[in-house]
Amino acid sequence: MLIKEIRDTLDAELLVGEDLLETEVHTACGSDMMSDVLAFVKDQAVLITGLLNQQAIRTAAMMDMVCVVFVRGKRPGEDILQVARENGIAVMATTHRMFTACGLLYEAGLNGGCKTI
Amino acid sequence: MSDMSGNSLHYHYIVPGDDFTQAGAASSAVKQILKQLGLNPQTIRKMSISLYEGEINMVIHAGGGEIDVDIDDKKIVAVLTDYGPGIEDVDLAMQAGWSTASEQVRGLGFGAGMGLPNMKKYSDELIINTTVGAGTKVTIVVNIEN
Ligand SMILES: Nc1ncnc2c1ncn2[C@@H]1O[C@H](COP(=O)(O)OP(=O)(O)O)[C@@H](O)[C@H]1O
Ligand SMILES: [Mg+2]
Repeated sequence: MLIKEIRDTLDAELLVGEDLLETEVHTACGSDMMSDVLAFVKDQAVLITGLLNQQAIRTAAMMDMVCVVFVRGKRPGEDILQVARENGIAVMATTHRMFTACGLLYEAGLNGGCKTI
Repeated sequence: MSDMSGNSLHYHYIVPGDDFTQAGAASSAVKQILKQLGLNPQTIRKMSISLYEGEINMVIHAGGGEIDVDIDDKKIVAVLTDYGPGIEDVDLAMQAGWSTASEQVRGLGFGAGMGLPNMKKYSDELIINTTVGAGTKVTIVVNIEN
């Protein structure tokens, strides 16, 4: 799946990363706990989160993820978008809630990357 | 901040304890340097995750501190020094899920008690020197493999 297809599937607004729209991704992870992302993510490329802070982006960057989706209509501020630009991460915002956003992406072909921890 | 001496690179960072928005900035900077050095992505990932967990710990548990990173052709060594409360029982702190983090810290996305076990998992060597009431020094070593 391409990052632009994530945007379209979620009716999301792309806030950073025009240049990453054609990037291919296969796996995703949904969490508000960055501790869990750091401990359990392996090669997932997309982070779906309701946590609105710079650390959501930094955590994704540490894990070599390429896209962060903020759910529930949360709008990241300029400080967060700047961290995303510095780290080459696409950022989008959707009004869907976490469960729905994950479900839509799963249905569209993204998967969790591993069956269990 | 860096200087060259012999065949190794040294970097020094101050980690503010009163500004959570900056937590992880030093680790991001180190990751950029490791990328520019062209190191293997797995090596970079190991150091990035370990250092980031350590940096977050300094901010949420110890009121900030300092990070020194040394890179030579064999390994990357990061030393995180703080003057916080220290760790009373290191074996307990190393257990997955054990945390003294506040609800407020959890609201920021951290404090699941997975940081130290994760640092152990991703580093090649993890040394914790700590004195209750005086502070903690965490040394993370990641070997460079190509
Ligand atoms: N630099 C530090 N100074 C004081 N206490 C620390 C430090 N790092 C870790 N700890 C203690 O060890 C516990 C476990 O750390 P960690 O595994 O990273 O989990 P978490 O940060 O999610 O609580 C912390 O809750 C804290 O009590
Ligand atoms: Mg921690």
